[in-house]
Amino acid sequence: MRSSVMRDLMAITARPEIISLAGGLPDTSTFPKDTFAQMMQEIAANNLAEALQYGPTEGFDDTKRHIVEVMAEEGMDADIEDMLVTTGGQQVIDLVTKTFVNPGDTIICEAPTYPGAIPVFSSYQADVIQIETDSDGMRIDLLEQEIARLESEGRRPKFIYVVPTFQNPAGVTLSLKRRKKLVEIAREKELLILEDNPYGLLRFEGTELPPLYALDRDDFVLYLGTFSKILSPGIRLGWVVAPAPVLEKLNLGKQAADLCTSSLTQYLVQAYFELGDWKQYVGSVKEIYRTRRDAMLAALEEFFPPEAHWTTPKGGIFIWATLPDFLDTQDLLAKALRENVAFVPGSGAYVDERGANSMRLNFSGSNESTIEEGIKRIGGVIQEQIALYSTLTGEFKAKKEPKGDSTESVAEVVQLKPEKGSKSSAGGK
Amino acid sequence: MLKGGSSLERQVSLRSGARVEDALGYLDHDVESIDVGSDLVDRLKESKPDVVFIALHGRGGEDGTVQEILEILGLPYTGSGIQASIRCMDKVLAKYALIDAGISTPDFFAFNERAFSEFGAATTLPEIEERLGFPVVVKPSAQGSALGIKFAASTEDVPGALVAAFSYDDKVILERYVKGRELAVGLLETEDGLEALPVVEALPHEGSFFDFESRYEIGKTDYVCPAELSEDVTTTVQEIASDTFRTLGCYGFSRVDLMLPEDGPPQVLEANAIPGLTETSLFPQAAEAGGIAFQELVSQLIALALARTPSTVS
Repeated sequence: MRSSVMRDLMAITARPEIISLAGGLPDTSTFPKDTFAQMMQEIAANNLAEALQYGPTEGFDDTKRHIVEVMAEEGMDADIEDMLVTTGGQQVIDLVTKTFVNPGDTIICEAPTYPGAIPVFSSYQADVIQIETDSDGMRIDLLEQEIARLESEGRRPKFIYVVPTFQNPAGVTLSLKRRKKLVEIAREKELLILEDNPYGLLRFEGTELPPLYALDRDDFVLYLGTFSKILSPGIRLGWVVAPAPVLEKLNLGKQAADLCTSSLTQYLVQAYFELGDWKQYVGSVKEIYRTRRDAMLAALEEFFPPEAHWTTPKGGIFIWATLPDFLDTQDLLAKALRENVAFVPGSGAYVDERGANSMRLNFSGSNESTIEEGIKRIGGVIQEQIALYSTLTGEFKAKKEPKGDSTESVAEVVQLKPEKGSKSSAGGK
Repeated sequence: MLKGGSSLERQVSLRSGARVEDALGYLDHDVESIDVGSDLVDRLKESKPDVVFIALHGRGGEDGTVQEILEILGLPYTGSGIQASIRCMDKVLAKYALIDAGISTPDFFAFNERAFSEFGAATTLPEIEERLGFPVVVKPSAQGSALGIKFAASTEDVPGALVAAFSYDDKVILERYVKGRELAVGLLETEDGLEALPVVEALPHEGSFFDFESRYEIGKTDYVCPAELSEDVTTTVQEIASDTFRTLGCYGFSRVDLMLPEDGPPQVLEANAIPGLTETSLFPQAAEAGGIAFQELVSQLIALALARTPSTVS
């Protein structure tokens, strides 16, 4: 298992006095209360015994039909036969890794990658290789080189894990050209891709891109979906779509893990699709996130130093900022915590030493004024560190003039308000 | 029992606290556990404990802050008093006290940020680097668990290391690197006086030093207790640790960390007024090796807290 420093520092970020831009929390405060009450009442009236009972390991068919609906929204045509309902998308990462990876086996993923995947990969002792990304997502040219290198050593990756759309943590999206190339490579080399797509429906602007699953026509892409960002993370409902032989193994793994995903949760989702308007809800949270993203970008412009740069995602919930390489964001976090603000240090998204000067900033979990205040505080801390570094390397000399050198008179410093009708009592020079 | 808080060592404190709480339960004490926050004084006034077990680490809990409050409230508490806590937490103060007492500690220079931002102290760095040699150990003056400690292998690394250390504290130490064996000695006051526990040696698997990660992850560091040292060396090291304890005015217990170089006397790095009490911590392991089970240790610390007379306080 990996670092506890990060865990210990991150545990402090949950303290109430801290402005945390560290979490990946969607905003759940606007979920329609009345609809929810109706959903519960509907279950109580019609399906209570079933909702409270164990369900099939693979999940209920009705749940799967709604998943089909959600996937269709992004141009994917999935079959309920090819699906496994899971307890959050996280479980899919765990089951896929458990199914395919023996200690020492290779997994390829992006650099940076979803921080929550790393402990899963490590726990199964995978050899994780991370491929650099840029503003268009994973560098597929570098991926090809890496695959060739592995081949020359007689090795193959068990799967390639990607978060192609509004990636957590970098916010970047894999370009259409690269998507096609990635799928082509997978088909040519018969390599599996695990596509993790929690944010695909949270696009604020720009053209929608087909998921890898849609480009592949269900041979080599395992699709990981979740309701966490489009409905609720607390209900713990995700899914995987995979070819039959893979699905069978995943099913066995799931049985061993938790027997079945919560029936109550599945009934809630079914009731929601009947009584609520899921697309409208997604639309409304998207609006909220768009405004918050804009607030964060504006605050970054204002408060972060010119030496910093950051991604400008067209959707999703994260921005990834990179600082000059002499700063370490884990140490910076310690200082930031003293100012009651937090972010995720970039090193959490890498298995090696990279990412030390980057940070992940979340904009879905706080309102605009909190975001502005948070970025202001972080920016202040960064500016201090940069100034200190410059002083230490002699780039600037110490700035402050010693006191007593000033020729200012007290009068100029203290402005006394003149009494009405009398001369100014401010005194002359 | 006080635990948690919001220092950077909060999680370690919660684990220490959990272990102590279990022990207190076995000892049949009536325990109220407080995760310290802004309501601490109110809660203490309300519960009127007979004794307060402080399982806090780092700022606020180990530096005299909480001790001061408890003194004001007239509540007996475990561990060192205010002055000793301040001195142990602030490595600069501790090192000067040791130097005055003739106890060896590595050469060092200390700065606060103002020295750099207002007085141009950056220009002294080349001289410092020459005096201390490389690698230079750069660390925050007040921080536990090896957080913020960096090794600067060359001139280019020093500014980054200083910036990192200044993230944790306003005062920073540049210290000579002592190559040698990493030892830790627990001290515990008993009826027969101050007892130095069997010496622990830390042998980290990865990296050249005993960092935060290897300290708290089970399996990343090998601890040898008692350390494989000759009787003479063991006695010397234990004596130095005891001297350190007395010089700093500690009470109850403490853990002194030292480096044992190939040549020359052992060098004291620091003293910890509230050593970690987790499953992987050194102090409980040393106590165990010395025949003192964790519950007994906890019991003894409470007895010491209750026995403290005003003259031993601060």
